[in-house]
Amino acid sequence: MATLTYLQAISAALRDELRADERVLMMGEDIGEFGGAFKVTDGFVAEFGTDRVMDTPLAESAIIGCAIGAAVVGMRPVCEMQFSDFISCGFDQLVNVAGKMHYRQDLAVPITVRLPSGGGFSGGPFHSQNPEALFMHSPGIKVVAPSTAEDAKGLLHAAIRDPNPVCFMEHKHLYRRVKGEVPDEIYETPFTARVARPGSDLVVIAYGAMVEVALQATADLDGASVEVLDLRSLVPLDETAILDSVSRCSKVVIVDEANMTCAAGAQVAALIAEKGFEDLDGPVVRVATPDVPIPFSPPLEQAVLPGVDRVKEACRDLLAY
Amino acid sequence: MATETAQPAGGTTPASEPAHPEHLQLEDRIWLLRAMLLMRGIEERAMSLYRQGKVPGSFYDGYGQEAVSAGAAFAMAPEDRLCILHRDLAAHLIRGVTPSRILSQYMGRAAGITRGRDGNVHFGDRHLGCVGMVSMLPDMMLVATGMAMAFKLRGERRAALTWFGDGSTSRGDFHEAMNWAGVQKLPVVFVLENNQYAYSTPLDKQFAVDPVERAAAYGFTGVTVDGNDAEAMFEATLAARQRAVAGDGPTLIEAVTMRMHGHAAHDDMKYVPKQQVEEWRRRDPVERQERRLRDLEVDVDALRAEVTAEIDAAATEALAGPMPTADDVLDGVFATEAEALGDGQAPWSGYAKAAGGDA
Repeated sequence: MATLTYLQAISAALRDELRADERVLMMGEDIGEFGGAFKVTDGFVAEFGTDRVMDTPLAESAIIGCAIGAAVVGMRPVCEMQFSDFISCGFDQLVNVAGKMHYRQDLAVPITVRLPSGGGFSGGPFHSQNPEALFMHSPGIKVVAPSTAEDAKGLLHAAIRDPNPVCFMEHKHLYRRVKGEVPDEIYETPFTARVARPGSDLVVIAYGAMVEVALQATADLDGASVEVLDLRSLVPLDETAILDSVSRCSKVVIVDEANMTCAAGAQVAALIAEKGFEDLDGPVVRVATPDVPIPFSPPLEQAVLPGVDRVKEACRDLLAY
Repeated sequence: MATETAQPAGGTTPASEPAHPEHLQLEDRIWLLRAMLLMRGIEERAMSLYRQGKVPGSFYDGYGQEAVSAGAAFAMAPEDRLCILHRDLAAHLIRGVTPSRILSQYMGRAAGITRGRDGNVHFGDRHLGCVGMVSMLPDMMLVATGMAMAFKLRGERRAALTWFGDGSTSRGDFHEAMNWAGVQKLPVVFVLENNQYAYSTPLDKQFAVDPVERAAAYGFTGVTVDGNDAEAMFEATLAARQRAVAGDGPTLIEAVTMRMHGHAAHDDMKYVPKQQVEEWRRRDPVERQERRLRDLEVDVDALRAEVTAEIDAAATEALAGPMPTADDVLDGVFATEAEALGDGQAPWSGYAKAAGGDA
């Protein structure tokens, strides 16, 4: 066990996989000698060489498309989008080529796409997005979103070893803010939800950076017993864990950092409406970013991103319902 | 960087076509004709099944373009990997997909290559080293580039090949693939199937400069080939493959041809001048190969009869096959394990000779 930041845990998983499996290679912009925009692959070239930690042309569609080609002939590519926002330029390859491949022709596409996502640091409209729901809506793509260092490593191991395309949503705001004990060995975290804190009066369902927000907002909420459910995986979505929490707590607040409409939380809300209705003791409440681009200036950005105060208020209102 | 031009000169067709004996044996030349006859015959049968309402959706064929896929695919080795376009049925036949499975595929039947999950020529038999196309063109240029990248990284003497059309040269993925393949000097062969129209859009609305000229700008060889000559296609592709596996990088082959039918079955092609169609009809690739073989005293009529009988049998078999049941329609979105691509058939005598050796 070592205490690692979320970013160090991601680096550790990548290094372990490059050492363990010669089929694994990394592809991305500036990830080689430079070590990546966030230094996730800092020092990798010295150990693994430029073939396995490959600086690519500035071409996101090509990064995904070439990864698909390499994957179907036996490689295990791990693509880095420099920012998750840029996946828009690789969307077609991911959604139409990779996502539909196995259903159409029984051909697996074992690629992992790392997507540094999220806002909170004045990244502006093109360096702050949370595009995960786009891929939830596209069959054939798994989507995971760790909130802790331990899960960042374990989910990345599992993603790289999964025979399917996996979007690995790594939240930039957590990179150096979150630390934790991380096992040294390779371990695969299952694509299931995790109870971050058990409770019985209300459950806050979140993932990624919003898990920490939910924990802080409900640490001391007038003595209420508040559960926090960390989804960890959005595809597959852990329906059992969600409905168990609803059954235990009867009141639900769902937090998304993504834009509100059709976000992951909207799917969770729909699931609860369909299958958990009888257990509810109040309306399903959502806290998310309104449907605006993420603004640049700190007061504007803070005004739209869900924060501790908004989550606290939503929980208080629902508890009083 | 030489751009060799061999565009059809128009006008009358010579009585006897120049042969390319340096690589092709008589059996190979017959194989090429056979593949083209099969392609044409299967597509004609499929069109008639379409008109009978037995082919759902629409139907796309490659009438007049048979030489492009036949010649190029014939130059590829078993361990090479192919991403085949929708007017390139002969490539599937050369790799070893049977006519019956192809007709089943068109009809959305259970015995089709995709078991009814995708239609028409949207398929690739992974057991034969092929990855099926998607409708977003030319997405498969990048997939082929990635396959070639893996071959190079692993030090394997193999190549990837893909076909795409003139319209595809306008998409960003064309640029991204050409650039990536050029930068990394990858063993990939790009076959630009210039059939004069992207749906209804003619070349002069598609590009200002012939795209074969762009190859030099990406740092590799571009050649223009008569796409209605299967043997010329074979030779150009063989040379491109040899460059690829020797580590000399990609090649862009522009195969100049003509789409003799509409974009799909519903398209009456009113936008194509009649004279243009007539000119290209005189350059028919199947007739051209037939003439060569008749000159060599091959019994072409017998070959035709054989092919027709094979298609008849295939149609009977395909029509007798069931439609898929929806029992497993939700299954298979995700893989439980990563299965390998298999090797395809490579009937060229050059590979047959090498089999058992350093193939």
